[in-house]
Amino acid sequence: MPTHELQPENWVDRYADYLFNYAIARVSDSELAKDLVQETFIAGLKSAKNYKGDAAERTWLIAILKRKVIDHYRKINSKKGKAEVRINYSTDEGDGDWLEERVADPFGKGGDHVIENEELGLAIQECIAKLPKKQAKVFNMKTIQGMSTEDICNELGINPSNLWVMIHRARTALMGCMNETWF
Amino acid sequence: MKIFREKAKEICTKSQYGEATWWELLQLNLFLFLWKECAEFSAKNTKLTSLCEQANLHVISEEEKKAMKEQLKDC
Repeated sequence: MPTHELQPENWVDRYADYLFNYAIARVSDSELAKDLVQETFIAGLKSAKNYKGDAAERTWLIAILKRKVIDHYRKINSKKGKAEVRINYSTDEGDGDWLEERVADPFGKGGDHVIENEELGLAIQECIAKLPKKQAKVFNMKTIQGMSTEDICNELGINPSNLWVMIHRARTALMGCMNETWF
Repeated sequence: MKIFREKAKEICTKSQYGEATWWELLQLNLFLFLWKECAEFSAKNTKLTSLCEQANLHVISEEEKKAMKEQLKDC
Protein backbone atom coordinates (compact mmCIF):
# COMPACT_ATOMS: atom_id res chain seq x y z
CA MET A 1 0.00 0.00 0.00
CA PRO A 2 1.54 3.36 -1.04
CA THR A 3 2.33 5.61 1.91
CA HIS A 4 3.22 8.77 -0.04
CA GLU A 5 1.62 10.64 -2.87
CA LEU A 6 2.88 13.25 -5.31
CA GLN A 7 1.79 16.87 -5.07
CA PRO A 8 3.46 18.51 -8.07
CA GLU A 9 1.71 21.83 -7.43
CA ASN A 10 3.85 22.21 -4.27
CA TRP A 11 7.17 20.99 -5.65
CA VAL A 12 8.70 24.40 -6.38
CA ASP A 13 7.81 25.86 -2.98
CA ARG A 14 8.78 22.79 -1.01
CA TYR A 15 11.78 21.35 -2.79
CA ALA A 16 13.33 23.82 -5.26
CA ASP A 17 15.85 25.25 -2.79
CA TYR A 18 16.68 21.85 -1.32
CA LEU A 19 17.32 20.36 -4.77
CA PHE A 20 19.21 23.48 -5.82
CA ASN A 21 21.65 23.15 -2.89
CA TYR A 22 22.07 19.45 -3.66
CA ALA A 23 22.80 20.19 -7.32
CA ILE A 24 25.10 23.14 -6.76
CA ALA A 25 27.34 21.01 -4.50
CA ARG A 26 27.80 18.64 -7.43
CA VAL A 27 28.10 20.90 -10.45
CA SER A 28 29.46 24.12 -8.86
CA ASP A 29 27.53 26.25 -11.32
CA SER A 30 24.46 28.14 -10.18
CA GLU A 31 22.76 28.50 -13.59
CA LEU A 32 23.36 24.89 -14.49
CA ALA A 33 22.08 23.78 -11.07
CA LYS A 34 18.85 25.74 -11.64
CA ASP A 35 18.40 24.11 -15.06
CA LEU A 36 18.93 20.67 -13.53
CA VAL A 37 16.32 21.38 -10.86
CA GLN A 38 13.81 22.46 -13.49
CA GLU A 39 14.59 19.42 -15.64
CA THR A 40 14.09 17.24 -12.55
CA PHE A 41 10.61 18.66 -11.98
CA ILE A 42 9.69 18.18 -15.63
CA ALA A 43 11.00 14.61 -15.64
CA GLY A 44 9.10 14.01 -12.38
CA LEU A 45 5.86 15.16 -13.96
CA LYS A 46 6.43 12.97 -17.01
CA SER A 47 7.15 9.87 -14.95
CA ALA A 48 4.62 10.54 -12.18
CA LYS A 49 2.65 7.46 -13.23
CA ASN A 50 5.66 5.31 -12.27
CA TYR A 51 5.74 6.65 -8.72
CA LYS A 52 4.71 3.84 -6.40
CA GLY A 53 4.55 5.86 -3.20
CA ASP A 54 7.18 3.76 -1.38
CA ALA A 55 9.68 6.60 -1.10
CA ALA A 56 8.97 10.11 0.13
CA GLU A 57 8.33 12.65 -2.62
CA ARG A 58 11.62 14.47 -1.97
CA THR A 59 13.65 11.25 -1.99
CA TRP A 60 12.10 10.36 -5.33
CA LEU A 61 12.92 13.79 -6.78
CA ILE A 62 16.51 13.56 -5.49
CA ALA A 63 16.88 10.21 -7.27
CA ILE A 64 15.78 11.88 -10.53
CA LEU A 65 18.16 14.80 -9.94
CA LYS A 66 21.07 12.38 -9.37
CA ARG A 67 20.40 10.87 -12.83
CA LYS A 68 20.28 14.37 -14.32
CA VAL A 69 23.68 15.22 -12.81
CA ILE A 70 25.16 11.96 -14.11
CA ASP A 71 23.68 12.64 -17.57
CA HIS A 72 25.24 16.11 -17.47
CA TYR A 73 28.73 14.74 -16.75
CA ARG A 74 28.36 12.04 -19.39
CA LYS A 75 27.29 14.66 -21.92
CA ILE A 76 30.21 17.02 -21.29
CA ASN A 77 32.67 14.14 -21.31
CA SER A 78 31.46 12.93 -24.68
CA LYS A 79 31.28 16.49 -26.07
CA LYS A 80 34.88 17.18 -25.21
CA GLY A 81 35.92 13.86 -26.69
CA LYS A 82 37.28 12.72 -23.39
CA ALA A 83 36.74 9.09 -24.17
CA GLU A 84 39.78 8.27 -22.12
CA VAL A 85 38.11 9.40 -18.91
CA ARG A 86 37.54 6.25 -16.90
CA ILE A 87 33.88 6.25 -16.16
CA ASN A 88 33.87 2.64 -15.07
CA TYR A 89 36.82 1.17 -13.24
CA SER A 90 38.06 -2.08 -11.91
CA THR A 91 40.49 -2.55 -9.03
CA ASP A 92 41.55 -5.32 -6.69
CA GLU A 93 38.85 -4.12 -4.33
CA GLY A 94 36.13 -4.45 -6.95
CA ASP A 95 34.42 -2.70 -9.83
CA GLY A 96 32.70 0.62 -9.77
CA ASP A 97 31.17 3.46 -11.68
CA TRP A 98 33.15 6.65 -11.24
CA LEU A 99 30.25 8.95 -12.07
CA GLU A 100 27.77 7.21 -9.80
CA GLU A 101 30.18 7.51 -6.92
CA ARG A 102 31.10 11.08 -7.71
CA VAL A 103 27.46 12.15 -7.71
CA ALA A 104 26.79 10.32 -4.45
CA ASP A 105 29.89 11.81 -2.81
CA PRO A 106 31.20 14.75 -4.86
CA PHE A 107 34.00 15.60 -2.44
CA GLY A 108 35.80 12.28 -2.22
CA LYS A 109 37.52 10.89 0.80
CA GLY A 110 39.06 13.46 3.11
CA GLY A 111 36.43 16.08 2.42
CA ASP A 112 34.63 15.41 5.68
CA HIS A 113 34.11 19.05 6.58
CA VAL A 114 32.70 19.79 3.12
CA ILE A 115 30.31 16.85 3.40
CA GLU A 116 29.29 18.03 6.84
CA ASN A 117 28.61 21.52 5.49
CA GLU A 118 26.51 20.05 2.70
CA GLU A 119 24.55 17.95 5.21
CA LEU A 120 24.13 21.03 7.35
CA GLY A 121 22.88 23.04 4.37
CA LEU A 122 20.35 20.37 3.45
CA ALA A 123 19.23 20.07 7.09
CA ILE A 124 18.63 23.82 7.25
CA GLN A 125 16.75 23.74 3.94
CA GLU A 126 14.62 20.87 5.24
CA CYS A 127 13.70 22.94 8.30
CA ILE A 128 13.04 26.08 6.23
CA ALA A 129 10.64 24.04 4.08
CA LYS A 130 8.57 23.33 7.21
CA LEU A 131 8.08 27.04 7.98
CA PRO A 132 4.93 28.91 6.96
CA LYS A 133 5.44 30.11 3.39
CA LYS A 134 5.75 33.82 4.14
CA GLN A 135 8.14 33.29 7.06
CA ALA A 136 10.34 31.11 4.87
CA LYS A 137 10.32 33.74 2.14
CA VAL A 138 11.30 36.57 4.51
CA PHE A 139 13.99 34.44 6.18
CA ASN A 140 15.50 33.50 2.81
CA MET A 141 15.48 37.09 1.55
CA LYS A 142 17.09 38.47 4.70
CA THR A 143 19.46 35.70 5.74
CA ILE A 144 20.47 33.92 2.56
CA GLN A 145 20.06 36.58 -0.09
CA GLY A 146 21.22 39.32 2.31
CA MET A 147 18.59 41.82 1.13
CA SER A 148 18.10 45.07 3.02
CA THR A 149 15.15 45.44 5.38
CA GLU A 150 13.82 48.29 3.26
CA ASP A 151 13.91 46.31 0.01
CA ILE A 152 12.15 43.32 1.55
CA CYS A 153 9.47 45.53 3.08
CA ASN A 154 8.90 47.25 -0.25
CA GLU A 155 8.75 44.00 -2.17
CA LEU A 156 6.39 42.25 0.23
CA GLY A 157 4.35 45.27 1.29
CA ILE A 158 5.07 44.84 5.01
CA ASN A 159 6.52 47.17 7.64
CA PRO A 160 9.83 46.59 9.47
CA SER A 161 8.06 45.51 12.67
CA ASN A 162 6.21 42.77 10.78
CA LEU A 163 9.47 41.73 9.15
CA TRP A 164 11.32 41.34 12.44
CA VAL A 165 8.45 39.44 14.03
CA MET A 166 8.43 37.01 11.08
CA ILE A 167 12.19 36.57 11.11
CA HIS A 168 12.17 36.07 14.85
CA ARG A 169 9.46 33.40 14.57
CA ALA A 170 11.27 31.72 11.70
CA ARG A 171 14.55 31.61 13.61
CA THR A 172 12.86 30.29 16.75
CA ALA A 173 11.23 27.51 14.71
CA LEU A 174 14.54 26.71 12.99
CA MET A 175 16.35 26.45 16.32
CA GLY A 176 13.67 24.00 17.48
CA CYS A 177 13.81 22.00 14.27
CA MET A 178 17.60 21.71 14.25
CA ASN A 179 18.00 21.42 17.99
CA GLU A 180 18.75 17.74 18.41
CA THR A 181 21.42 17.34 15.79
CA TRP A 182 23.15 20.66 15.37
CA PHE A 183 22.93 22.57 18.66
CA MET B 1 7.00 40.10 32.04
CA LYS B 2 6.41 37.67 29.17
CA ILE B 3 6.00 40.59 26.77
CA PHE B 4 9.41 41.95 27.84
CA ARG B 5 11.04 38.58 27.29
CA GLU B 6 9.53 38.24 23.82
CA LYS B 7 10.67 41.78 23.04
CA ALA B 8 14.19 40.89 24.22
CA LYS B 9 14.24 37.85 21.94
CA GLU B 10 13.13 39.95 18.99
CA ILE B 11 15.89 42.47 19.66
CA CYS B 12 18.31 39.56 19.92
CA THR B 13 17.24 38.39 16.45
CA LYS B 14 17.58 41.92 15.08
CA SER B 15 21.09 42.16 16.51
CA GLN B 16 22.07 38.99 14.59
CA TYR B 17 21.68 41.06 11.42
CA GLY B 18 23.47 44.07 12.92
CA GLU B 19 20.27 46.10 12.77
CA ALA B 20 19.50 46.71 16.44
CA THR B 21 19.76 50.34 17.52
CA TRP B 22 22.05 51.33 20.41
CA TRP B 23 18.99 51.74 22.62
CA GLU B 24 17.77 48.25 21.74
CA LEU B 25 21.25 46.83 22.38
CA LEU B 26 21.27 48.50 25.77
CA GLN B 27 17.91 46.91 26.59
CA LEU B 28 19.13 43.56 25.30
CA ASN B 29 22.21 43.62 27.51
CA LEU B 30 20.02 44.35 30.48
CA PHE B 31 17.73 41.44 29.60
CA LEU B 32 20.74 39.14 29.13
CA PHE B 33 22.01 40.13 32.54
CA LEU B 34 18.65 39.60 34.23
CA TRP B 35 17.25 36.48 32.56
CA LYS B 36 19.04 33.23 32.04
CA GLU B 37 16.44 32.12 29.47
CA CYS B 38 17.19 35.17 27.36
CA ALA B 39 20.94 34.46 27.50
CA GLU B 40 20.34 30.86 26.40
CA PHE B 41 18.16 32.03 23.53
CA SER B 42 20.80 34.54 22.51
CA ALA B 43 23.52 31.86 22.47
CA LYS B 44 21.36 29.60 20.29
CA ASN B 45 20.51 32.48 17.98
CA THR B 46 24.20 33.25 17.51
CA LYS B 47 24.87 29.57 16.84
CA LEU B 48 22.12 29.55 14.17
CA THR B 49 23.76 32.53 12.46
CA SER B 50 27.09 30.74 12.42
CA LEU B 51 25.50 27.50 11.09
CA CYS B 52 23.81 29.42 8.27
CA GLU B 53 27.14 31.01 7.32
CA GLN B 54 28.97 27.69 7.53
CA ALA B 55 26.39 25.96 5.32
CA ASN B 56 26.87 28.48 2.50
CA LEU B 57 23.19 28.29 1.58
CA HIS B 58 21.82 29.08 -1.85
CA VAL B 59 18.26 29.91 -2.84
CA ILE B 60 16.43 30.34 -6.10
CA SER B 61 14.91 33.81 -6.29
CA GLU B 62 11.15 34.26 -6.05
CA GLU B 63 10.99 35.47 -9.67
CA GLU B 64 12.80 32.39 -10.89
CA LYS B 65 10.53 30.16 -8.84
CA LYS B 66 7.53 31.87 -10.39
CA ALA B 67 8.95 31.22 -13.85
CA MET B 68 9.57 27.57 -12.91
CA LYS B 69 5.96 27.18 -11.79
CA GLU B 70 4.71 28.69 -15.05
CA GLN B 71 6.85 26.34 -17.08
CA LEU B 72 5.63 23.34 -15.09
CA LYS B 73 2.02 24.36 -15.68
CA ASP B 74 2.65 24.15 -19.41
CA CYS B 75 3.98 20.58 -19.18
